[in-house]
Amino acid sequence: MADLNIEFAGIKSPNPFWLASAPPTNSSAQIHRAFEAGWGGAVWKTIGPPVLNVSNRYGAWEYGGQKMAGINNVELISDRPLETNLREIREVKRAWPDRAVIVSAMVESKPDAWRTIVHQIEDTGADGIELNYGCPHGMSERGMGSAVGQVPEYCEQITRWVMDGAKIPVIVKLTPNITNIVYPARAAVRAGASALSLINTINSITGIDLDTFETEPSIGGRGGHGGYAGPAVKPVALNMVAAVCNDEEVRKAPVPVSGMGGISTWKDAVEFLLLGAGSLQICTAVMHYGYRIIEDLCDGLANWMDSKNFRTIADFRGRTLSRIADFKDFNLSFRAAARIDEARCIKCNLCYAACNDAAHQCIDLIDSSGKAVQPYAWDAASNGRAEAVANRPQPRVREGDCVGCRLCYNVCPVEKCIEMAEVPSGRDAVTWDQLAKARPEVTEDWEAMQQYRKAVGIKVH
Amino acid sequence: MEPLKTEPLGEQFPPLTAQEALIEANRCLFCYDAPCTQACPTHIDVPRFIKKIATGNLRGSASTIFEANLLGATCARVCPVQELCEGACVLGAEHKPIMIGRLQRYAMDYVYSQGLNTIRIAPATGRKIAIAGCGPAGLSCAGELARRGYQVTVFEQRELGGGLSTYGIISLREPVQASLEEVKMIERLGVRIETRRELGADLSLDDLRARFDAVFLGLGLGAVPAMGIAGEDHIIDGLAYIEQSKMNQSAMKVGRRVAVIGGGNTAIDCATVARRLGAEHVVMIYRRSAREMSAYPHEYEFIKKEGVEMRFLTQPTGVIVEGGKVVGLRAIRMELGPPDASGRRVAQPSKGGEFTIPADQVVKAIGQEKPALAERLGLATDRGYIKVARNFETSMPGVFAGGDCIRVKSAASTVMAVQDGKLAAASIHKKLSETRNG
Repeated sequence: MADLNIEFAGIKSPNPFWLASAPPTNSSAQIHRAFEAGWGGAVWKTIGPPVLNVSNRYGAWEYGGQKMAGINNVELISDRPLETNLREIREVKRAWPDRAVIVSAMVESKPDAWRTIVHQIEDTGADGIELNYGCPHGMSERGMGSAVGQVPEYCEQITRWVMDGAKIPVIVKLTPNITNIVYPARAAVRAGASALSLINTINSITGIDLDTFETEPSIGGRGGHGGYAGPAVKPVALNMVAAVCNDEEVRKAPVPVSGMGGISTWKDAVEFLLLGAGSLQICTAVMHYGYRIIEDLCDGLANWMDSKNFRTIADFRGRTLSRIADFKDFNLSFRAAARIDEARCIKCNLCYAACNDAAHQCIDLIDSSGKAVQPYAWDAASNGRAEAVANRPQPRVREGDCVGCRLCYNVCPVEKCIEMAEVPSGRDAVTWDQLAKARPEVTEDWEAMQQYRKAVGIKVH
Repeated sequence: MEPLKTEPLGEQFPPLTAQEALIEANRCLFCYDAPCTQACPTHIDVPRFIKKIATGNLRGSASTIFEANLLGATCARVCPVQELCEGACVLGAEHKPIMIGRLQRYAMDYVYSQGLNTIRIAPATGRKIAIAGCGPAGLSCAGELARRGYQVTVFEQRELGGGLSTYGIISLREPVQASLEEVKMIERLGVRIETRRELGADLSLDDLRARFDAVFLGLGLGAVPAMGIAGEDHIIDGLAYIEQSKMNQSAMKVGRRVAVIGGGNTAIDCATVARRLGAEHVVMIYRRSAREMSAYPHEYEFIKKEGVEMRFLTQPTGVIVEGGKVVGLRAIRMELGPPDASGRRVAQPSKGGEFTIPADQVVKAIGQEKPALAERLGLATDRGYIKVARNFETSMPGVFAGGDCIRVKSAASTVMAVQDGKLAAASIHKKLSETRNG
């Protein structure tokens, strides 16, 4: 049976799933219920200076009928008094000694302010502190949140102030609203941070009302960028987690990384773990469905680990990191071709349209006599189910022309209908980097490139 | 508005809610060169109109339907979608096909309820067209010509337009109001409809040919034919039975034990009317077996659930009348012989004598008489139906025909009539365009 326990920067947790610092961790009453449901830890909603919130603070993006594909918020840090939060944190930690209770904090960029809040948090018995350098709205206008996270020097300076006094682990939470997230990550590491967490929310505007021309949602007629999260941001988050986990300076320290950004299912969770995350934080999925999702997160993860014979999370954590590479290091001689399983194919012909209009025109429509036909070739007098079904042509890939771009695979609505089969290219493995070193003219001159293609047998139609 | 639960023949399906329509529209895969479009006799671009529902462009969705089919509101309700678009849906094999008919009705309901005119009309051509018959074929042809700029007059012998959609489709599937709304929409395109005008009576074809540039005949078919059995005049015509259930339901007398003769869709409709309007027992009597029924399989499934008894291989031989009242049917057993011209096995009398089926009301729905008018008008016919060329022109130059009155082969249906009217309109336009200056 899989063991889901983790130890992250010295903080123990019965499973890797923590509630991210957000509305689901606003109060002790909520967190009691979350821990009863089985959450391994919670990062308390950011405490700090006084704030006032607005209505219509959450806006969601819906796609094709899927609610909350992404959610945007302009909610600020906790709007409950500091004393109340500190009292409740103490109470929660006392009631749940085996769970990870981490407190997110954000104060004015002054050494004293940080020193004070660190001591106040440590007094509660909390297991760790998370420095919120990510909040992209409101707080950043007051010089906090992402205003810090976007400047590696500030990030380093403030982390130093905290590390000078902190006795419990300190996690620095990074903003994705920056050209390269690795720089603030390194700054935090240089300042001695115990761990990193990413990604915070992404700047966004959810939408516009086409009748009023106001933003959607509208805050009394106005609106602006807020922080974007949820399933839609997962690929962005995976990339940033991989970039930070693979960074030399982060690895050398080494500091663990708490991964978050669009985790909704145990499968998402496994992906973050395979890219090196040491713990996982979740918010949007809970905002959508409630604390109860923890059951399948743990159950699905444990069942997957059992099926792969992994006893602990450490057994597979970071396994994919070595496979993350730059384009220049990809094998240019690797070749795959799309193959359509005609027994599974329902003939929606979306692959045909995609290949024909947006890729490389290598799928044909084949009629029952085996002849390639044009779409819409049926007789206008034809009608009825029987004829429409019987005469429907079958999409088929011309494998010799297929560049293996994988667009058809991506649009196909049927599970396991299109396979990207590896086919021998007949060429020796070579990367762009190797080619550029061995044959620089090929990478610089079109004529040399054409000769090279001819020589090794690369046909681009 | 949702039909009242107490209305026994109220529309079978409620309109989709906005939420249902959105979920269903999003479920559509947006197939390329979609089979539903091919299967639709009028070739409505189904994925296009459905995706417009998904994007919230309901006006555009309705326009897409109207491009191919001006009677989209009727077709959305009465089409045997299982045999057409939905039957061809790629999701049908392993999942559930998209509810294309109900989505089409959703888009149609939108423009009708909002009173939107989405059809553009070309500048007037100055040419005049006469159409005889205000059923689906005539209305479709009229609307298609009107949008091309023709001045169209439709002559209808009945009091109301709409043909079978108004009089002959049970309101469970299409309420009278839906059909009349559609007639009004065609009128808004500039079509003039003159009711209580009958070709062969107060209108002559020669006169129409003289006064109009072209004529289209959408005459439909006749009454239910005679069975030639004893007590025939005690048998009710199935179409009249349905008509009364729509037009004057409160005055309608439905028997306690009703026998419906026939195995087609109209027979099923008659049995439904009888059952829903209070008959204690309804029996359908068909001389062949379930396999040979011309009713659609889904209709047969429906009527079984209505609690109607089926008597197959049974041939009525006479109505038993006592004291002027129907008390039953005499019938004999049949057996199946070799296939006939339609490929269905014929029924022939089997051994054994007559037996009695108790009934106090007998309704026949055994098809419709062929258009008798055709020969009187001097038109060439094919097996009793009006003979037309590929372009829907009859033997008389400038006279076109479509709909049930030309349907020699395959089952007559509203959507086929709509397509005939549309194609005939295109032929008329082509012919008149070629002779513009001639």
